[in-house]
Amino acid sequence: MTLHRVVVTGLAAITPLGNDLATSWHNLVAGVSGAAPITRFDASAYDTRFACEVKNFDSKPFVAVKLAKRLDRFTIYALSTAMMLMEDAGYKIAPEEAELVSVIIGCGLGGLETLEATHTKLMEQGPSRVSPFFIPTMIANMAAGQVSIATGARGSNVCTTSACASGLHAIGYAASDIMLGRANAAICGGVESTITPLAVGGFNALKALSTRNDEPTKASRPFDADRDGFVMGEGCGLLLLESLEHATARGARILAEVAGFGASGDAYHMTAPPEDGSGMALAMRGALREAGLDASQIAHINAHGTSTSLNDSCETMAIKTVLGAHAREVPITSNKSMIGHCLGAAGGIESVISVKTIMEGVIPPTINLDTPDPACDLDYTPNVARTMAVANVLCNSFGFGGTNASLIFKAFAE
Amino acid sequence: MSVAEKVKEIIVDQLGVDAAEVLPEAKFVDDLGADSLDLTELIMAMEEEFGVEISDEDAQTIQKVQDAISFIEKKKGE
Repeated sequence: MTLHRVVVTGLAAITPLGNDLATSWHNLVAGVSGAAPITRFDASAYDTRFACEVKNFDSKPFVAVKLAKRLDRFTIYALSTAMMLMEDAGYKIAPEEAELVSVIIGCGLGGLETLEATHTKLMEQGPSRVSPFFIPTMIANMAAGQVSIATGARGSNVCTTSACASGLHAIGYAASDIMLGRANAAICGGVESTITPLAVGGFNALKALSTRNDEPTKASRPFDADRDGFVMGEGCGLLLLESLEHATARGARILAEVAGFGASGDAYHMTAPPEDGSGMALAMRGALREAGLDASQIAHINAHGTSTSLNDSCETMAIKTVLGAHAREVPITSNKSMIGHCLGAAGGIESVISVKTIMEGVIPPTINLDTPDPACDLDYTPNVARTMAVANVLCNSFGFGGTNASLIFKAFAE
Repeated sequence: MSVAEKVKEIIVDQLGVDAAEVLPEAKFVDDLGADSLDLTELIMAMEEEFGVEISDEDAQTIQKVQDAISFIEKKKGE
């Protein structure tokens, strides 16, 4: 069997920093925080009353009004992002190759907004008021399903669910589809929209969220000594991947190459990573092995960097384990300092940002990194973006359940 | 607002169609593009709005806009 090289030929995102990639990127490089008081529901009784919401998003240019009424917000984000992606890639799926185009979109929680509203209706008005659209609207794979309906892609149609690593797993397995020849192209990434009473209540109960209510824009502070939890975000990040042959044949603009994917499990605890970060290290090593790269060749790390006490110190430990002395020379960044933790969308959006970093030669900063933490003693690109050409970028995502994923994107060279 | 006007409003809202298309003889499936899930939700919306029960058997008979208006007017008159 011949293994195919996998290249990135399109990018699109909706984030708390912008309703398209260009705006989001501009704000990321400028160090803007997307955090603000929650507007989706009355959060006054909650320990955390702010989040990184997507703001003023108008789906009408992308999704028909009637269809939008049948979709949860996460699917509307995915469908809208997919429309922008196909435009960015200049790609239209011909019917004769449709079965060789995969759609793999990760989602950690699915349509909680729909679930909560329907449950309220059930309790107040009884079972006869449950909408026939409830189940199809809520299920987490409806994002992939709707993107397939809209684009005509008829290859693998899958939703990866691995909590906060869902988006990165989706891209990893989509790349595998292409590498193995199961697909010529794949629309892949992650989506999430769960700034809802149940999700905020649930993460609050876990003590996972920052409660810095008086200073929302300072709350997400990955690797800083005063971090007190993550800030919930939402959005969607999608990439178009193609085999190198397919991209070349259609004259596509090649943005980067997917060099390697690694995935692992902690075999340890429901929510906490082992303190040595050994599971995270396994995923990073796996990606290096598949890429055929030495750790010393990693030029930049787009970290998971959640701003929780445990993640940031464990991830730092894992990076040191894998990169050795080189760990101190590599600029690391956490996009979550600005977009918050977009859960199942995180790996999708941060992969888009990783590729954009290669394309632009600019590393977005980790904002709010004011007080060094002795347990986090690497170069996290504090507070100011850095102009620097980077060839090999490692992108990490880790999730509850003890699941870890790492992807390496590299600058494309024939 | 009359029953007919209210029914038309619900149809416009549920099916995302133009008000001008909602003629008495317009068929939900053939003319207004509804599928079976749309029809189920349309029936539920009318039940909710008018406070009536529409059995599955009765729902089968509601195929065009006038059917819905007549059915609701009859139910309200009972």
